[in-house]
Amino acid sequence: MTALLRVAGLVKTFGTGEAETRVLRGLDLTMGTGELAALLGPSGSGKSTLLTILGTLMQPTAGSHTMLGVDLTTASDRALTEFRNLHIGFVFQFHNLLPDFTALENVVFPTAVREGRETAAARTRGQELLVRMGLAERVHFPTANLSGGQKQRVAVARALMNRPELVLADEPTGNLDRVSAMQVMQLIAEINRDEGTTFLISTHDEKIAALCRRQIVVGDGLVTG
Amino acid sequence: MLYALKIATRYLTASKAQTALLVFGVAIGVFIFIFMSALIGGLAEFILSSMAGDMDHISIQAEAVDPGLLVPGDGVLLVQQSSTETTAVLKDTAAFMPLIAALPGVTAVSPQVNGSGVLIRGALVSQVSVKGLEPGKESAIVRLASYMVEGSATLASGGLLIGKTLVEDMDLRLGQTVRLQSSVGIEALLTVTGIYEIGSGGPDRSMAYVGIATARTLFALPQGVTRVEIKLTDLYAADATALRIRALTGLDAKSWTEQGAQLLAALRSQATVGTVLKGFALLTIIIGVASALLLSTYRRRPEIGIMRAMGAGRWFVLVVFVSQGALVGLLGGLVGAAAGYGVLLFFPARESFGSQTILPIDITQGAYGLAILLTTLGAIAASILPARAAARLDPVTAIGQ
Repeated sequence: MTALLRVAGLVKTFGTGEAETRVLRGLDLTMGTGELAALLGPSGSGKSTLLTILGTLMQPTAGSHTMLGVDLTTASDRALTEFRNLHIGFVFQFHNLLPDFTALENVVFPTAVREGRETAAARTRGQELLVRMGLAERVHFPTANLSGGQKQRVAVARALMNRPELVLADEPTGNLDRVSAMQVMQLIAEINRDEGTTFLISTHDEKIAALCRRQIVVGDGLVTG
Repeated sequence: MLYALKIATRYLTASKAQTALLVFGVAIGVFIFIFMSALIGGLAEFILSSMAGDMDHISIQAEAVDPGLLVPGDGVLLVQQSSTETTAVLKDTAAFMPLIAALPGVTAVSPQVNGSGVLIRGALVSQVSVKGLEPGKESAIVRLASYMVEGSATLASGGLLIGKTLVEDMDLRLGQTVRLQSSVGIEALLTVTGIYEIGSGGPDRSMAYVGIATARTLFALPQGVTRVEIKLTDLYAADATALRIRALTGLDAKSWTEQGAQLLAALRSQATVGTVLKGFALLTIIIGVASALLLSTYRRRPEIGIMRAMGAGRWFVLVVFVSQGALVGLLGGLVGAAAGYGVLLFFPARESFGSQTILPIDITQGAYGLAILLTTLGAIAASILPARAAARLDPVTAIGQ
């Protein structure tokens, strides 16, 4: 297993002076290619902040962050946007789909935004992903007409569209019933096994965490287990 | 770029009622812009056709003789007052007439022998300005033919054209013979061959048109003319053409703007008022589009965050919202221009402007293309601020909302 990403001495503070809050306190973490890992910890432990930094949506206050050998702590906003588009997928707790677009349009977005248009190849790939997610009949449905579980599966398909090396999922099953949650997790496990995509899943759910091969516990801004 | 345009179009079609309202607001602004353009242009046309339409655009007049002659010597000054009985004459203009007539933009050249006199019918006497016109050029400057109420505008030998007010004052009628005595005391018996009504007191009451040959007899001018009047296709080219005539002939050609400065100033200030009002209409459009797009960007903050997380750059977000502004401006511009054109169709065409015209609106001066272009550019300018705000959104904060 080769190293995919490495963070060392990661510090993140919010606010200044007396209002300053230190969320991450020199966190170290290394993840390899093809890992399926759960990120555990109580609320306020820094899980979401860590995911945000790993997703290049936020820069750390101090420490280093490299992925695929690229130093991301000093990269420009433009470089980070491009890197994120090519190498990182996101699944959010509340699916966060574009409401005025169909399931397929949502899925192809990461490719279309890079290529400047929706190509036939992108649409084919998007359709394949939706079929794989069990949404063959919902390809051209407006996302507003989908159920919670279906929306989350569309979100997983969108995260996989550009064949990223890393998918960051922040409580992806937190808003779903048990059956839908298990369906989504099975899909994630399948993709991890078949395509070798690395998943880091933030969750409070012990059963979901148990489905992952690695559990990373964060407490008080540090990896504690 | 194409994809950003697709997103922008989808955003607009997703909120149909809101977009329709926005486009309607812009269209009203464009309608006002077009209406003002047509009204101001039509008013200028109306004023010009009623005032400057019968005016010479360039005139050449003989220079007045020096009023006094001072002869110094032995402490005596001799002062000779200029004669009021002689008229300044342009002697060598005949050769220049074809040259002036051939200049670009010149539509008519009218050499004239003018002076003053009195019209006498029995005990009734009325002072008149006498204009001696060349046959066939009676309507070259003042459109006499269009004002005729009786008879013909053609000046035959011994014929006389006078205004309706003068006819009433002197109890005359068509075909009646009347005596005209010039300021130099020469008399001629003339027949009223035409009666006109211009609608303004001066010409209708105190102007008498005769043939140039009759005028030469009346004012004892066997050669030369007293004045040359020139008409142009574009009266705003009068200054440049007058300058050219001066350079070519050496004659003292004067543009109407020298004498009609007040009219010119009035037209200019009217145009300025129009521009200001159109500017306000445009400003209303800009404020409307900017506020609507600010609301839209606020409402779509989470989506902007998602797009940024999925790899959309700041530039992409900027283009999405600027495109929305451009589309709203273009659509509103087209709708407003079409509505403006449709409404203006109900107003009389400028060819039929007359004294009865209440709102002289010229449909051809609606500035439709300019209105659409300025509205689209204005809407783009209005969308830049909200688009920049959207592009600068922190994706983490935006997604969290």
